[in-house]
Amino acid sequence: MKLRTLILGLLSASALAFAAHAESITIATVNNGDMVRMQKLTDDFTKANPDIQLNWVTLEENVLRERVTTDIATKGGQYDVLTIGTYEVPIWAKQNWLLPLDKLGDDYDVKDIIPAIAGGLSVDGKLYAAPFYGESSFVMYRKDLMEKAGLKMPDAPTWDFIKQAADKMTDRANGVNGVCLRGKAGWGENMAFLTAMSNSFGARWFDENWKPQFDQPEWKNTLQFYVDLMKADGPEGASSNGFNENLALFQQGKCGMWIDATVAASFVSDPKASQVADKVGYALAPDNGLGKRGNWLWAWSLAIPAGTQKADAAEKFVSWATSKHYLELVASKEGWANVPPGTRSSLYANPEYQKAAPFAKMTLDSINAADPTHPTVKPVPYVGVQFVAIPEFQGLGTTVGQLFSAALAGQSSVDDALKQAQDAATAAMTEGGYIK
Amino acid sequence: MARAVTTQHKTIATAAAWIVALLIFFPILYTIITSFKSEQEAIQGFNLIPSGTFESYSEVQQQSGYFKFFFNSVLLSVGSTILALIVAIPAAWSMAFSPTKRTKDVLMWMLSTKMMPAVAVLFPIYLIFRDSGLLDSRIGLTVMLMLINLPIVVWMLYTYFREIPGEILEAARMDGASLWNEIIYVLTPMAIPGIASTMLLNIILAWNEAFWTIRLTTTNAAPLTAFISSFSSPQGLFWAKLSAASTLAIAPILIMGWFSQKQLVRGLTFGAVK
Repeated sequence: MKLRTLILGLLSASALAFAAHAESITIATVNNGDMVRMQKLTDDFTKANPDIQLNWVTLEENVLRERVTTDIATKGGQYDVLTIGTYEVPIWAKQNWLLPLDKLGDDYDVKDIIPAIAGGLSVDGKLYAAPFYGESSFVMYRKDLMEKAGLKMPDAPTWDFIKQAADKMTDRANGVNGVCLRGKAGWGENMAFLTAMSNSFGARWFDENWKPQFDQPEWKNTLQFYVDLMKADGPEGASSNGFNENLALFQQGKCGMWIDATVAASFVSDPKASQVADKVGYALAPDNGLGKRGNWLWAWSLAIPAGTQKADAAEKFVSWATSKHYLELVASKEGWANVPPGTRSSLYANPEYQKAAPFAKMTLDSINAADPTHPTVKPVPYVGVQFVAIPEFQGLGTTVGQLFSAALAGQSSVDDALKQAQDAATAAMTEGGYIK
Repeated sequence: MARAVTTQHKTIATAAAWIVALLIFFPILYTIITSFKSEQEAIQGFNLIPSGTFESYSEVQQQSGYFKFFFNSVLLSVGSTILALIVAIPAAWSMAFSPTKRTKDVLMWMLSTKMMPAVAVLFPIYLIFRDSGLLDSRIGLTVMLMLINLPIVVWMLYTYFREIPGEILEAARMDGASLWNEIIYVLTPMAIPGIASTMLLNIILAWNEAFWTIRLTTTNAAPLTAFISSFSSPQGLFWAKLSAASTLAIAPILIMGWFSQKQLVRGLTFGAVK
């Protein structure tokens, strides 16, 4: 008995000593399929790095953003690795809140990162976050309904074609809406879609002197087209539909077309979840022949906050999670179709991936068609395709989103919504000191 | 005749009570039903009969590990309640039995702290927690939960204590009871029903608190509110998993509430009708 106690004591003491020696890093992340998969595969990392323990904090996107902002602004030091998007990276890097990633390792191959994505995550040529998965937006459409309508979707459609196709596909008696688009208010919800769409109509949020542009005809054309299209061919209650609501509608066969994140392709083509899995086609986001398409660019990325005490361990983890080796690891365990998309050029050159993911080429083309540094037809003073990378944008974008959502719901006219948006933007820009 | 009307009234009142109760309970019921569906079933519109799969529960457990969060929830809610009672019983005693001119103002001031939106003090509190090393600590969060619920605890106890005749305490004093003896041996036993229902309500409030418990924790002290939050996703449909996580999180407090409903109702309506 005594011997057993002694052995147990020794064992626990050594376990404690080991635990004390191991460095633990805390990773803040969002709940989506790719991130959850990564958490399951971390054995591969901890085996190679037995002295690093990983703690995960998974939060809903908006809560995460608020939590992480609070912590980073107060230098609370709660997190060692952050999951953030293309909106935050340039702003936070300029505030010196993030550490530049310059020790990712010799075999990391930074140049392999898709240039459009790397551009959105760099400031002054330095990479401040490593992309975990990247996305753009494109058109997902029902091939069977398109055929029934007697039309053929071009690889690069125009907005006029989308309108024509939507009108023909709409069959409300059978519950089919020609087109499903985001309407739920929020800077990352309807405004992500509408800002990207407005780029293809030649609109912009601000001119070179930060003067708001909602009083210009380009915005009027954008919003009027959107509201008319949705009234004629959109689902009922569209003003409360976001990504998830439209995904559910599309998977149940209630949408002829859906223009949204490229990452949705893996959901709508999954026969386990989608009733229309074998009938989905893909095309680039529409344009108006002005040189810009209505697609966005986003990358969920891993960054290291400046307040961390464990920068080396954190960077080792970031390097592992965004490496080529990680893509191969996912492929070997769960198949190529489940590999996080949109980050590395080499993935799109891989024939096995091309075979497993029929949407691969269209995803890459969409990503390449977005240019965060020159997002609009006319020149602008900001970076960002479906957002404006300034701290004021979260609040302002959501306010404008609410106005536009109300216009979609018929609670106000397009003109009223634009006038109020112009007033709100002017007030926010004046308060922020951008204009006098 | 009069009897018939009473029966009819009774039936209508019972039916109305059932309808209201069902309306209030329905969202919880539907969450529980959805938790036994597959993800595909969950998005297929309204359906009250699930296929009965436990898939979501096992995935939720695999992904996050329920018991760590459960343990923290129990510790935080019970701990903060006990702490609150230790502070609130003497406070309510003094206000109920030796009121001064300003007692009402003090009570009102305490309640007024509940009128401010919590987010208004997020930064100061966060900085205090950071500087005292209390971020993500169970002790820090227990104190925080105690503080935010304290006004309600004091108010409830004050209302119960006021119902107890002061003469009984005077009699105890005349028999030579010290202050402590008076509170512990005379007041507390008489106020047990009131204290019990205050305790129950406070445990429920602390259990469901989702602002500070999410914002002041990361991994070590995170309770079930953080557990639920981790299954909410703007991109991807995880309704069945989210429902399973919610059901797991509310089950303990629902069961506790069910068993103690008599106490709770009695406590909440105590002194309401004279």
